Amino acid sequence: MIEHKRASASKPSKVLIIGSGPIIIGQAAEFDYAGTQACKAMREEGVTSVLVNSNPATIMTDAHIADIVYIEPLTVESVARVIERERPQGLLPTLGGQTGLNLAVELADAGVLDRYGVRLLGTPLATIRMAEDRELFRQMLADIGEPCPPSATVTTVAEARRVAERIGLPLIVRPSYTLGGTGSGVVHTAGELEQVVAVGLAASPIHQALIEKYLYHWKEIEYEVMRDGADNCITVCNMENLDPMGIHTGDSIVVAPSQTLSDKEYQMLRTASLKIIRALGIEGGCNIQLALAPHPEIAQGAPAAPGPTPYYVIEVNPRVSRSSALASKATGYPIARVAAKIAVGKRLDEIPNAVTGRTTAAFEPALDYCVVKIPRWPFDKFAFGDRGLGTQMKATGEVMAIDRSFEAALQKAVRSLEMGSRSLLWEPPGLPGNGAPASAYPLGPHDLRLWTLMAALRRGVPLADIGRASGIDPWFLQKLQSIVEMEKALLSLPLSPDLLRAAKRMGFSDEQIGVLGDRLPEQVRESRRQWRILPIYKMVDTCAAEFDAATPYFYSTYEQENEALPLPGAKALVIGSGPIRIGQGIEFDYCSVHSAWALQEAGYKSIMANSNPETVSTDFDTSDRLYFEPLDEESVRDILDNEGGLGEAGQAPSAAPGSIVQFGGQTAINLAAPLARAGLPILGSSAEAIDLAEDRGRFEELVGRLGIPQPPGGAVRSVEEALQVAQLIGYPVLVRPSYVLGGRAMEICYNATELIRYMTLAADLGRGHPILVDKFLQGKEVEVDAVCDGADVLIPGIMEHIERAGVHSGDSLAVYPGLRLSDKEVDTIIDYTTRIGLALKVRGLLNAQFVITSDDKGGPPRSWDELTFGKGGTNSVVYVLEVNPRASRTVPFISKVTGVPLMKVATKVMLGQSLQAQGYRSGLWERQRLVAVKAPVFSMSKLTGVDTFLGPEMKSTGEVMGVDYTFAPALTKALIAAGLMLPPQGSVLLSIADRDKPEAMPLLRQLHSLGYTLYATEGTAAMIQSLGLPVTLITKKLGEGHPNVVDVINDGIVQGVINTLTEGGAPLRDGFAIRRAAAEKRIPCITSLDTAWVIVHSLASRDPAAYSILPLPAYLEGAPPQP
Amino acid sequence: MPKGILVLEDGAVFEGQTFGAAARATGEVVFNTAMTGYQEMLTDPSYAGQILVPTYPLQGNYGVNPQDGESRRIQVRGFVAREECLRPSHWQSTGTLGGFLASQGIPGLAGVDTRALTRRLRTRGVMMGTLTSDESAEAALARLRALPAYGSADYVREVSISEPYRWPAPPGNSARRIALLDCGVKHNIMRILSGLGCVVTVVPAATPAAEVLSLEPEGIVLSPGPGDPALLGYAVATVRELAQRKPTFGICLGHQLLGLAFGGRTFKLPFGHRGGNHPVRDLATGRVHITAQNHGYAVDAESLAGTGLEVSQVNLNDGTVEGLRHRDLPLMSIQYHSEASPGPLDNVYLFQQFLDMVRNSDV
Repeated sequence: MIEHKRASASKPSKVLIIGSGPIIIGQAAEFDYAGTQACKAMREEGVTSVLVNSNPATIMTDAHIADIVYIEPLTVESVARVIERERPQGLLPTLGGQTGLNLAVELADAGVLDRYGVRLLGTPLATIRMAEDRELFRQMLADIGEPCPPSATVTTVAEARRVAERIGLPLIVRPSYTLGGTGSGVVHTAGELEQVVAVGLAASPIHQALIEKYLYHWKEIEYEVMRDGADNCITVCNMENLDPMGIHTGDSIVVAPSQTLSDKEYQMLRTASLKIIRALGIEGGCNIQLALAPHPEIAQGAPAAPGPTPYYVIEVNPRVSRSSALASKATGYPIARVAAKIAVGKRLDEIPNAVTGRTTAAFEPALDYCVVKIPRWPFDKFAFGDRGLGTQMKATGEVMAIDRSFEAALQKAVRSLEMGSRSLLWEPPGLPGNGAPASAYPLGPHDLRLWTLMAALRRGVPLADIGRASGIDPWFLQKLQSIVEMEKALLSLPLSPDLLRAAKRMGFSDEQIGVLGDRLPEQVRESRRQWRILPIYKMVDTCAAEFDAATPYFYSTYEQENEALPLPGAKALVIGSGPIRIGQGIEFDYCSVHSAWALQEAGYKSIMANSNPETVSTDFDTSDRLYFEPLDEESVRDILDNEGGLGEAGQAPSAAPGSIVQFGGQTAINLAAPLARAGLPILGSSAEAIDLAEDRGRFEELVGRLGIPQPPGGAVRSVEEALQVAQLIGYPVLVRPSYVLGGRAMEICYNATELIRYMTLAADLGRGHPILVDKFLQGKEVEVDAVCDGADVLIPGIMEHIERAGVHSGDSLAVYPGLRLSDKEVDTIIDYTTRIGLALKVRGLLNAQFVITSDDKGGPPRSWDELTFGKGGTNSVVYVLEVNPRASRTVPFISKVTGVPLMKVATKVMLGQSLQAQGYRSGLWERQRLVAVKAPVFSMSKLTGVDTFLGPEMKSTGEVMGVDYTFAPALTKALIAAGLMLPPQGSVLLSIADRDKPEAMPLLRQLHSLGYTLYATEGTAAMIQSLGLPVTLITKKLGEGHPNVVDVINDGIVQGVINTLTEGGAPLRDGFAIRRAAAEKRIPCITSLDTAWVIVHSLASRDPAAYSILPLPAYLEGAPPQP
Repeated sequence: MPKGILVLEDGAVFEGQTFGAAARATGEVVFNTAMTGYQEMLTDPSYAGQILVPTYPLQGNYGVNPQDGESRRIQVRGFVAREECLRPSHWQSTGTLGGFLASQGIPGLAGVDTRALTRRLRTRGVMMGTLTSDESAEAALARLRALPAYGSADYVREVSISEPYRWPAPPGNSARRIALLDCGVKHNIMRILSGLGCVVTVVPAATPAAEVLSLEPEGIVLSPGPGDPALLGYAVATVRELAQRKPTFGICLGHQLLGLAFGGRTFKLPFGHRGGNHPVRDLATGRVHITAQNHGYAVDAESLAGTGLEVSQVNLNDGTVEGLRHRDLPLMSIQYHSEASPGPLDNVYLFQQFLDMVRNSDV
């Protein structure tokens, strides 16, 4: 057990906070929320905050959040230099997720903390180790008499086999020190055991894994616990997973508070949680996961525990987490903020409760509503990925919904997922018909299980059978059954006011009611209006109305009393971006938050609507009022009606406030048309302007009229039309559905066969919108964000992509200010952007993407010298690829590196302030002296079955920024931060498509001269030999010979892979095995020669002395320090 | 389900569907913010004369069972919830919440906007209300106004026992003899004391002090209970004598009786403290404890001057008295419920503290 002394009581005056870096699966926006809260807390406590994070799309890295901001790689080397420069007295390691915690341990191990006298705040080092090291953790539990499942730590597969013989299958394998449960899994057979242990050991930085008894169908319960330095402890809330044990909590449907626990069980687990946080000596917050037996018989052999029902302690996170963000939003209790204050010496009872304004943080929130969280998985993009769920998290984001019944909260959460119009009525394809037994349904864990359960209940499969097959508590299944019963009533009975009200109280949307009752959603809405069945809004106030609330937030429900009376005065609604998904990430939350702030600055009350519990936008003090609601037409119109006074009986409706739809990604922009149709005002660019930009035909016509070149192409609705268009413009063609974000389902087709295949598969992707078929142009890709007020167009900066066209912009390395653009090209880009912005009548933001073809076809430069500014191609032609009348994902990046606060400027433009009135003029903003590189970050190791090659469909989950005075060090830092950098020496596996071979030759020479050993597949090896370089041939035929390509990766022989794609067909599958192996081994796998080129060339400047480590403003303001 | 209404003294009407017994019920309407423990609350004698409104909307989820009762019957007059669970799920469950209420003739009302009701009680204070389904709101209001107010009745006589009894003794023979004055005790107090090695004799609230002392107890526990302590002159007299003679532990109403016995005063809180999340500061240690509470009256701190009693603990939210000790005598009291059930188990240690006090008084 840890001897925990009160950490030296003196309050530090300067504290270093480590952020969590890029968004990856397992670490999303919740840590921006946590870090932002911590920085605010430091300011309130009079402590100077120094923040390091590599992710520019975060609020925490804004100048006015932390006192000193470093956007630098999260490595020991980099952070040690920050510490050396800033000399903080304390380090707060608990707010940057596992990344922050691991980095703190590494800094301690490297002696950096001792060298500079930096004190670890909040969680002692020994506790971090104890929570991560299963043996130490089990020992601690044994010491305090808390039960944990039988298990053993192993470091080899052979050891694992012996343990399995002792405690029996099924077992769960958990590697030590990994993120989001990476590498863990449930095994039912000896074969599975060996496979999973081998992968798990590889994933663990200390080559160690825990295998333990798998608690099949036990309930999974979490507690969020706080403790201060005076040993005061509270639980903020508990949560129950609808899914039983075995699914990562981040992939589970979660309810708060627990629903099926008696008070005896609730208190038993609460008491255990308090004992554990005390034993760990944490000063701050902690998440504790427990398994509770659904009935005692399941727990034969379980050690005796106090209380009626057996339980085990599963895991502890000695830091704020995704669960604590969820708990914060579910209760109104700001865990990260309180944890940060405790870490600098405050006691719980000295911290005010910001929601009530009267009570303190020393209490336990009381909920008078039910909260449901559902994960958002990326399988809409990765339809061929493995959709099974287990202990390795796969969701990119999550939604939360609040209501007064479980059914309504669940149904609102489903609506919040924004999976098209997929309500609970939707059914996965391929389910059996009526009369089939439960065993005919896939009731095991996968992303569509909720809909499968509904379908099974709908077809009359006995609830008990479903319970046995799924392990889901009958309470939840009974609730689903109630929803099914209501569906049947809506199908068979005439829609009466009583029935409609009952359905609304169960969370049925107007659309669902319309489908079941054979009406249009608008007709259902009209009936609601006539019958006065309108939602009212209740508060989340931490105290179940026991105290008056000062800064509450609201959720809709159908009851008597409305607590959200319309805000008086000028106001506007910011529509957020919903759950984080690939293509719509934290950037849009960043923009929404800034828009809310800009509204306030302009004297407006800001109203925020969002469904994502991880974010800063859903922090209760970000806006003047927060509605935690699904972002669909019904909910947003209800909010606007309520703010317009329509909700109040007998009160004349005043005008509804205007809506800002430009910042919430495609979620918000898609609402422009329905809101406009309903006569609700849109601020900024009109719905008409938005449609003009998004409707391919109309946009083409407009651009044509302006005389601006664009790749030839057309919008088609059938295979025949597609083939005609392709015939006309020539292959290769770029194909995609219109009205989607993140290049979803975007592909390059090199011939008619591929086009037919695509059109057949994509038939249902368009959802009524046409498919776009364009000529695919090879060339340099360039992107700009701009603000237009109708008279002027301000372009803060130009970004050039390192990868040629064909790689989605979100997956490209992007460089500010462009790399190889001639003055003429720049002028053309400015001219086109300006004219398009004005012609579209944009009021607010636009993002435009261009491709520049020229004689030299783009491609990798031959040397660094080519990367000088102002050198463009010859005979270049600039084509406009697309224009989006909304914030793009590069807006935070470009705002940070140019110093132009784009969201603020744009919001004020939308409110009617011209650019000139704000002190800006038309054209390109002065080029800054810094160079910034944005690099994509992927989560591919977690998504088994997903191909990792880069193409027109976006695959990255996050991004990092490298910034410096010149290109090479900025690039180096971006690559390091993104995990794309090769180790200083070692071996590289090469498998290069024929068409890329000529271009690859200089690259291979360079790799060889840098001292790398080359391994290559058949054709590539022959080419390397022809260059006279040594190479080891490795077969890509997996059945023949050893080692093959996968072996050299798995066995750690190579530390990086360069694999370019042969167009179409079979070779894609060859490369697939290579790419998956690299992803799972977590070594860089580069699929574009352009990326490979910059990585290889930046190896020369990877010497830390070659790059700066400075606060962001230093790059913006000062000249580089003289050597 | 048939429609029913709750009519408040101030004329407010809340609609819902009846469940439990088909009956009328009248009582003081109070809310409790705990999220679990409806069976323990329903059977807590301190709710005698009251209609209970849990603020947590989903009630009855885990059914009812033979183990979790805190007295021999349901003590509330009525139960008002946002939602009643018709199909509960728990391995211990032997019935539904509605069935439990029906079996003891207690009416319930579900589907109510309990948050609106809670906000009304918070802003206007607790008040009388009546549950009904077979008369107009006007008629119910008229009937309600003719009935006596909550504060005028002695509910302790209603919930206390008529004959003393001994709680089953723990195994072993080093047992302490404890006498417990039952003003409406929750069984968990006896379960805990028994678990700590005490033989507990439970005596009626109206038992004279001499009779209690004749049991030769080593310590006295004054139980929680319902209603206005100022109406309990007989118990106050008993307590005055017992507390002078024996180490005494007062819980909730027992704490208020101690305050009155030494000359202090009590007063009615606007809407009481009922829930499982109330923070209390121990003035001696500075530590904050999360407590289970259920009381509508409190001891007036200012009235304690010169009584020999000192405030030992205060409520962090409103500063009211949460605990007392005596300058000279071995006595301790708490306004909250160290026995939990429902609520956090954080304060069970106080029973051991009391037994330590008993042991120290031996010498």
